[in-house]
Amino acid sequence: MTLAPTSTTARDDDPEARPGRTPQPAEDRRAHRLLRLLRRPLSLQGLLVGGAVVVVGYLAIVPLGYLIHDTFLSADGSGLSFNAFARAYGGNSQSGEMMLNSLWFALGSAALALVLGTALAYVQVRTDTPFKGLFFAASLVPLIVPGILYATSWIFLGDPSSGLLNSLVFKPLFGSSPINIYSVWGMIWVQGLHLAPVAFLLMVAAFRAMDPSLEESAAMSGANRLTVLRRVTVPLLRPAMISAALLMFVQSLESFEVPGLLGLQNGIYVFTSRIYFVLRAYPIDYGAAGAYAIGLLVIAAVGVLVSSWLQRSSRNFQTVTGKAFRPRPVELGRARPFVGAGVILYFLLTVVLPVAVLVYASLLKYYAAPTRKTLSQMSLANYRAVFDMPLAFTALKNSLIVGVGAATAVMLLTAIVSWVVLRTRAPGRRLLDLLAFTPIVIPGLVLGLALSFVYLRMSLPIYGTLLILLVSYCTRYLPYGMRYSSSAMAQMSPELEESAAVSGASWFQTFRRVLLPLMSGGILAGWVYILVVSFRELSSTILLYSPGKEVLSVLIWEQFENGQFTTLAALGVCMVVLLVVLVSIAYRLGARFGLQSDSAN
Amino acid sequence: MLTVESLKKSYDDTSGRASGRRSDAGTRVFAVGGVDFEVHDGELFTLLGPSGCGKTTTLRSVAGLERPTEGRVTLGGRVLFDSKHGVNMRANQRGLGMVFQSYAIWPHMSVFKNVSFPLEVMPRAKRPGRKEIEDRVGQVLEVTELGAYAARAATKLSGGQQQRLALARALVTRPELMLLDEPLSNLDAKLRETMRFELKRLQRELNLTAIYVTHDQSEALVMSNRIAVMNQGRIEQIGKPREIYTKPATRFVAEFIGTSNFIEAKVVSVSGGEVQVDAAQGRLVAHGVETAPAVGDTVLISIRPECVDLSRERRGDVPNEWSGTVLTRAFMGDVVDHIVGVGDLEVRNRSNPNLSIPPGTEVHFSVAPDKVTLVPVD
Repeated sequence: MTLAPTSTTARDDDPEARPGRTPQPAEDRRAHRLLRLLRRPLSLQGLLVGGAVVVVGYLAIVPLGYLIHDTFLSADGSGLSFNAFARAYGGNSQSGEMMLNSLWFALGSAALALVLGTALAYVQVRTDTPFKGLFFAASLVPLIVPGILYATSWIFLGDPSSGLLNSLVFKPLFGSSPINIYSVWGMIWVQGLHLAPVAFLLMVAAFRAMDPSLEESAAMSGANRLTVLRRVTVPLLRPAMISAALLMFVQSLESFEVPGLLGLQNGIYVFTSRIYFVLRAYPIDYGAAGAYAIGLLVIAAVGVLVSSWLQRSSRNFQTVTGKAFRPRPVELGRARPFVGAGVILYFLLTVVLPVAVLVYASLLKYYAAPTRKTLSQMSLANYRAVFDMPLAFTALKNSLIVGVGAATAVMLLTAIVSWVVLRTRAPGRRLLDLLAFTPIVIPGLVLGLALSFVYLRMSLPIYGTLLILLVSYCTRYLPYGMRYSSSAMAQMSPELEESAAVSGASWFQTFRRVLLPLMSGGILAGWVYILVVSFRELSSTILLYSPGKEVLSVLIWEQFENGQFTTLAALGVCMVVLLVVLVSIAYRLGARFGLQSDSAN
Repeated sequence: MLTVESLKKSYDDTSGRASGRRSDAGTRVFAVGGVDFEVHDGELFTLLGPSGCGKTTTLRSVAGLERPTEGRVTLGGRVLFDSKHGVNMRANQRGLGMVFQSYAIWPHMSVFKNVSFPLEVMPRAKRPGRKEIEDRVGQVLEVTELGAYAARAATKLSGGQQQRLALARALVTRPELMLLDEPLSNLDAKLRETMRFELKRLQRELNLTAIYVTHDQSEALVMSNRIAVMNQGRIEQIGKPREIYTKPATRFVAEFIGTSNFIEAKVVSVSGGEVQVDAAQGRLVAHGVETAPAVGDTVLISIRPECVDLSRERRGDVPNEWSGTVLTRAFMGDVVDHIVGVGDLEVRNRSNPNLSIPPGTEVHFSVAPDKVTLVPVD
């Protein structure tokens, strides 16, 4: 459920992108520029830019600093200690199993999503398959059906006793109930399906950016389709596949919804659910939670390292030329109806069925398989209950406040940061870019924990208010905002600013009257996107909210914890409807401003 | 050797993919609207035309990368495509060599691997042994002067070298027919000139049969044995370069290749290959006209600027002599152009730069009767 923000300048193939490299020949001039920038700290430009740098640095670094500090320092402040790690990982055999589960779950989901997404992208871009429109409809699922609802739908479908697939399909046909969604396999299935559209969109972009004559020339050389695929297509797509795989891996690793809903039932723990569990126990062992969080960060970091090491070998070629190609589609021939049936099946299984079962459940008093009796008892009672729930409106209001606030703050901040990164030669701008990109690998739960460390100890009265959620969302969605802002900025010719400067406009006037209006399309699209994803944020929220300050996603989680599945379903349907509206606005804007594939992520 | 018969390729307009001309929405658009030609053994046959004329679609249909809507393509005795009998051999089974406009060098392979690929993917029965593959790749790399770069990553080559690598890869299987899709258009002007002769030399030495697609008329004139000039999905004229240039069959050909003066005229007499026409500005005689028009027909006269003999004095003893006034003069280094006004007609002359007549001067010019070309009015 992300676009894959790539750091704007710090591309892998750019040797200069590595911070801390040996000084460049231009270093003197840079130092000079830094001096000049510092010498007039009171100019508006200096203030804005400096302010943006400080805010980004603060958002990206401070929570992690506190997390590490509080985990490694013993409670009495006597010095470095590994007690927290001993408490977390030692003494129980569960921790080894938990780590294995985490890896297994993350790798499995990433593999499923990547295989499915790549295959779908190939079929969509490169063949004459029917129902091409359905692919993109299916790719909207992760945007409009949040993970927590998707997992709930699959509980309705795959519960060993009451799940529809068991009770309606397998039991009558085969006399057994083989599907158990409360297993690692079930978690992989749900998480993989939920992520597959993201992999799909990334791979569609990769397929489209690949010069089809590279494959055609292989065909002209006498290679058959399979050989072309094996020896040309796949090797050329490797870089794109590796970065997609990394994203899938990190996203699965940090997913809380799926392991929380499906794993906890059977005592299957992963890092995220373990952190949650530890924080729910009494007395709360913050050190142990921190130790888990650091373990999670280390695994994510290892993932980043492994993928950049894998990328290294393929860095010497570039398949993405920036041109969009329109390759001749492969004719499926006799396989076409089968592929078409497969597409329909995929669509039914991943979109129609989960949404339909959610709607179905929302109309029942108690969840059960449809029989004459249950069907006759269907009513809108749950919706009435939802509308009568005073908390529901508070939660909606809170969600809106935090979402709008985060979207506005992030887009303003990233507009300035992307200007610094792309338009100035300020020293450290690459580091700034990297900092703004860092939160993408910080799991939401880890961020939540780190922020609670910060504001429990700091005297700022933020803890227990909506403000802490705002800070968390701003951090989490910084990379996404950067992607929108910098692509809007990159599309604009620097001459537009220069001509404003020549016309006598000050920097601020130029920024406000030339840059912002020209970027407004991209910024607006990014704004709506962040609003949409804020609505479904659960993994950091769940550690940071306080009673009375619930947002919608937390409210859904509470229904789950209380076992009120049908109310949850009704609430979920309302949320889906709301998100459909927001996403269609995002799409409108995206289409208008040429950011369609971005907003679809 | 290669025969292409009534080849047609149309697209649904809704798909918006057609590179050919567009018509109203919802109708089918013809990128290629019925093309016939034959390529002889050992000849370099060029499809020449502006972008969107269907030349690349035609080439790709021969290659098997595009499925034509109608027509028949045969190579030697083999039917590659026949819409009537539902034959459509796959591109990888046609055994052709192709050089792409973008070169399509595989960036993840070395120079050697790029060239050995076509041999490695041959059916097991025909696949040469490892030693032979090495020998053949070595030979081809020698011929294309890439021998020293065999181990290098393909992306580390310069533009000209990549172009030769693409050629080497297409040559290595010794295909019956080579297809070249604007292979020189991505090179800079100087290199393009050199590669023209290089390519021509290779083609002649290896006795290659090739179809060459280009929009560059001078490239086509330099390299081809025969040229087919295409426009809007149809072939306007097929002929040797000199024929195409001196005897354009249509106004399009005359306009597309070189520059021409066009004068509308009425036929007043026809005897054998000699035709007399009357234009508003005077009478003209044309010799060697192959398809004679009827008396009274309106025709278009095409005269190349370099066939206009310009002088200050009236000579009187030459045919087709007209008088006019110099309007402008343009010095271009190796040649000089004078635009001469005859009434409201402007005639372009191209001469040796020694000649220079200031605007406003009264001048006389003549055109040799065999340089006067009749083009049907379209």
